[in-house]
Amino acid sequence: MTRGGRLFLTIVAAVAIVVPLLNLAVPATSPLHLSAYGVTLIGKYLCYATLALAVDLVWGFCGILSLGHAAFFALGGYAMGMYLMRQIGQRGVYGHPVLPDFMVFLNWTELPWFWYGFDRLWVALAMVVLIPALIAFVFGWLAFRSRVTGVYLSIITQALTYALMLAFFRNDMGFGGNNGFTDFKDIAGFDLQRDTTRAVLFVASALALAASYWVCRSIADSRAGRVIHAIRDAENRARFLGYRVESYKLWVFVVSAAMAGVAGALYVPQVGIINPGEFAPINSIEAVIWVAVGGRGTLVGAAAGAVMVNYAKTYLTGAFPEVWLYALGGMFVLVTLFLPRGLVGLLPSAERK
Amino acid sequence: MTLAKTLYLEKLTVTFDGFKALDSLSLYVDPGELLCVIGPNGAGKTTMMDVITGKTRPDSGTAWFGRAIDLLALTEPEIAQAGIGRKFQKPSVFEFLTVFDNLELALAGDKSFWKALVARLTPAQRERIDKVLETTGLTSLRDMQAKTLSHGQKQWLEIGMLLMQEPELLLVDEPVAGMTPHETERTAELLVSLAGDHSVVVVEHDMDFVRSIARRVTVLHEGRVLAQGSMDAVQSDPRVIDVYLGT
Repeated sequence: MTRGGRLFLTIVAAVAIVVPLLNLAVPATSPLHLSAYGVTLIGKYLCYATLALAVDLVWGFCGILSLGHAAFFALGGYAMGMYLMRQIGQRGVYGHPVLPDFMVFLNWTELPWFWYGFDRLWVALAMVVLIPALIAFVFGWLAFRSRVTGVYLSIITQALTYALMLAFFRNDMGFGGNNGFTDFKDIAGFDLQRDTTRAVLFVASALALAASYWVCRSIADSRAGRVIHAIRDAENRARFLGYRVESYKLWVFVVSAAMAGVAGALYVPQVGIINPGEFAPINSIEAVIWVAVGGRGTLVGAAAGAVMVNYAKTYLTGAFPEVWLYALGGMFVLVTLFLPRGLVGLLPSAERK
Repeated sequence: MTLAKTLYLEKLTVTFDGFKALDSLSLYVDPGELLCVIGPNGAGKTTMMDVITGKTRPDSGTAWFGRAIDLLALTEPEIAQAGIGRKFQKPSVFEFLTVFDNLELALAGDKSFWKALVARLTPAQRERIDKVLETTGLTSLRDMQAKTLSHGQKQWLEIGMLLMQEPELLLVDEPVAGMTPHETERTAELLVSLAGDHSVVVVEHDMDFVRSIARRVTVLHEGRVLAQGSMDAVQSDPRVIDVYLGT
């Protein structure tokens, strides 16, 4: 583990302890008290940081510029959303014991087969990992086997997330159409509006971030990581050494997609809504910008970039909403031109191997 | 009964947009021999290597590795796994990895992602890497990034990577292009010492170099074998002088 990596995990651990304490243990009258809104906001940043690690794993280490990673994030979010919808039970507007409101509204009488099992948390959690992984596997198998690389791959990943967005917008897909899922009540029997529930979700997000870091670091430091590096350097050489380049790319892509799915699943109960807008191509592009700003191929930089850019977004969209997109574009251009290693590149050898 | 050969190429034809890169080429390689393939530009030398390593599929003909392996049915990694190593014309090593890491990745064995994720070097494998470092004269550079090596050292590293694969057949494309005379001499020694344990096919332009290592020379011209034999015999063949050596 690098020095930067240890520092990173220490900060994540500190945040995981301090943030819930500032909310739960410090009285609301104190200036140090952190509101529920604040906890949720930071929790959201942690989920974005996990997504950034997933993007960095494929882009920074494997050289695959995925412009569709938010799709896997959204798929994980939808899987969690399905569970949360089933948890509402009879408390919906229509009071149907099984069907979520939007299905009653569409005059459906039966639960579609793919909603079976989502009333159990463990099934939903398994799907959070399996569905993004499966879609990434099928997509990657087709794309990498055909040796689609570079900008062409980036374009079809955009097409993937766009196609999913259009599909999820349709009411008859069975995922709530353009409204998506919302009005969640509780998770595993705990009220989502309660501070303690929020604190637990917050800590879970921090743990997911730390675990994702550990997974990425382990892959990067293993022989497989060196093969991945080698593929980026000289793909044909790796092939003639007997490495199935396609399968390395595929597995890294699948692991990364699963990671993005977990991030999305923790994001949804904290923000309280998931809709097809999460599949919007711009979301995936933003995630790439976080990584570029923080420092591609550095993991720690990617996660830090996600937090910093999103903090800037929260601030700017509140204070000067009209400048945000210009600021985002400007950041990307400036970093690409002047800081090819991102903000981490400014630090004196903090993240050296 | 004749002895089994290492490589059988029979009646290979490859056409690119009407241009015949290989024209019914037949060529055999014996176990442990050092064969030099020469010929003017466009004679089909690199295309022949491409067919053997699975990069290019021929329009017709057959390519067998030993008596059991049909090369035309295998993919590039499968051919590498079967025991054919290839050195490219341009040195292609993994620039950002160390010399040691380059050799580690070239180790023979299971190369799947999940195996590589948990792979640890065994003492025997470390010993093997050390031995190849010694053979290629790179021991003192083992922890250097490959991009810091000189041109000649990169070529040796790449040959070392081929050796790590323990291939039966080594294909070496223009190993001494751009080398100093001293480096060329060392490369010649290295290749000669490899023959015997491995079959080695060298494609080269440098006639002095070919003369210094070759036991058997095959001259390609317009996708076909023009002449075969010892360097002296080939050099005195009027057809060869006409197309190649005379110029």
